[in-house]
Amino acid sequence: MRKKFWIVLALTIVIPGFLFTASCAKKAVKEESMASQQAENEAAMKAKEAAEKAKQEEMAKQQAMEEENLKKEAMMKQEAMDAFVNEDIHFDFDSSTLTPEAQDILKKKAQWLLNNPDKSATIGGYCDERGTTEYNLALGERRAASAKAFLVDLGVPASRLTTISYGEERPVDPGHNEAAWAKNRRCHFVID
Amino acid sequence: MKNYWIKLFGLTLTLSILAAPRVYSAGYDYIDITNPFLKKIPIAVPFFKPISTDTATDQLSKKASDLLAETLAFTGYFEILNRKAFLIGPGSDAAVANVNFHNWTSIGAELLVTGAVLIENNMIEMELRLYDTFKEKLLVGKRYKGYIDDQRKIIRRFCDEAIYALTGRRGIFDTEIAFISTSSGVKQLYICDFDGYNPRRITHTNSITLMPAWSSDGKWIAYTSYARGKPDLYIKLLKEKRGTVISKTGLNITPAWQPNEFALAATLSFSGDPEIYLLTGAGKIIKRLTYNKGIDVSPAWSPDGKKIAFVSRRSGTPQIYIKDLGTGQVNRLTFQGNYNTQPSWSPRGDKLAYSGMENGLNNIFLIGIDGKGPIQLTNNEGDNEAPSWSPDGNLIVFSSTREGPSKIYVMTSYGTDQRKLLDMKGQQSEPEWSPRMTDR
Repeated sequence: MRKKFWIVLALTIVIPGFLFTASCAKKAVKEESMASQQAENEAAMKAKEAAEKAKQEEMAKQQAMEEENLKKEAMMKQEAMDAFVNEDIHFDFDSSTLTPEAQDILKKKAQWLLNNPDKSATIGGYCDERGTTEYNLALGERRAASAKAFLVDLGVPASRLTTISYGEERPVDPGHNEAAWAKNRRCHFVID
Repeated sequence: MKNYWIKLFGLTLTLSILAAPRVYSAGYDYIDITNPFLKKIPIAVPFFKPISTDTATDQLSKKASDLLAETLAFTGYFEILNRKAFLIGPGSDAAVANVNFHNWTSIGAELLVTGAVLIENNMIEMELRLYDTFKEKLLVGKRYKGYIDDQRKIIRRFCDEAIYALTGRRGIFDTEIAFISTSSGVKQLYICDFDGYNPRRITHTNSITLMPAWSSDGKWIAYTSYARGKPDLYIKLLKEKRGTVISKTGLNITPAWQPNEFALAATLSFSGDPEIYLLTGAGKIIKRLTYNKGIDVSPAWSPDGKKIAFVSRRSGTPQIYIKDLGTGQVNRLTFQGNYNTQPSWSPRGDKLAYSGMENGLNNIFLIGIDGKGPIQLTNNEGDNEAPSWSPDGNLIVFSSTREGPSKIYVMTSYGTDQRKLLDMKGQQSEPEWSPRMTDR
């Protein structure tokens, strides 16, 4: 009976005591590893954040660049369009023959029209004041027709080009001298 | 117009009853039409005698006599004698009945116009007489009755009779001149009387309007307008404001009515090249008249309708050519100068007026249809363009920048008596003389 008592005692106090110490030691290890993991996590997070930030910065940079490029492109597009509209070709007196300068300008205009297949244009033919009204209307028409034929030769569909003659009716420079006349002997381009 | 004259005629008693045996009917030797402006005929037009005794009659008779003198002088045939040189006072009885011709021959008057004016119940009665002072003969005697406002018409009617008695040809006193003016800010079509009186606006758009052309009955007018954004040809019946628009691709310009037909020649460029076509008055193409790569423009009909003159660049510069529509043959007419445009065929058929450019300025020239000449009519007075003949062939109307802005001028077909036709705001150009309107 007495023996039994000790056994019971040993079982109820000592073994759980062992158990306690064992479990106690185990817990400390566990805590230690958790701490290191946390630090690890924090570092990773930081790195991740940094990477994210860098990425974002990179992206923003890229976006800005892209935007700038787009802007540049738009500007270039606008410039090309402006040039198309603003750059007149000029002629000698009583002539509808295209000068080399006029041909260079027309080549740019043809390129623009080929780059913008949804656009159509009207070519206005103009003359200086020195001729007579009727003949100048015919001459203005010939000038516009010369420009149109050149553009068509470069591949622009004729259906996208209209001609209209204003003869001597709408001088861009109202002066009565050679400088004004030279400006007024022209073809002017308008996007429809 | 026609109805009006019938009414006026109904009220008119011609004085020929009174003077029938003495009316000089074959008086065509007064004015040598081969050169009527070499020697102007001195004519006396004393103030008309007021019959009714009130200030209105008094004023009107003075005004009417001035107007009659100006109207006759417009032809370029006459030298109007200064009234200060007259030997008898204004309103003297002797100026009307029992003319003492010596009073007039001694001051050099070869012709004399006398008049008497009566105003009664807002109606005016005018008795007008034209005398040959040397032959002591009554050439024309007429009495007219109408409303007071009709005095100008009465005077023009009498002048027409006077010119007919003196030349054997009808005058131009019922004609009109179409022209382009920028008075409204943009080129629009206007019409005024032959002497610049009563300019009125015909088109009412904000679009460039150019190149009016009269049909030979004076009822239709064709012109180019940008009203639809491009140069289209408008053919308009003046009285009823109806008509047609020719709106083919490209140019629809330079209309010229075929004499005595409801058809016109015009320049169209729908083929890609300005060419001249014959069209019906309704705008349908009858046939193509020119076949030449490059500019062909500005047709002008010969009075018999058998030929057209036109401008072509086929020789490298703008020159005037004549095409015989029967044979199809084309001959170059102008060889002098590098820029000859705007042909206008004389009503007698023997000459063309045109604009020739030298050193950047145009002048008016005449050339025989055989190429004889050319004779330069304007010189050193700005840019002179767009000649158009009066239907009697005696006068040419044109535009000139001699005073700065372009205005309309008239001269005789010999280049004499150049004067401004009318004073208007803005610039005036492209005058086009109408045919006689009697039959309109």
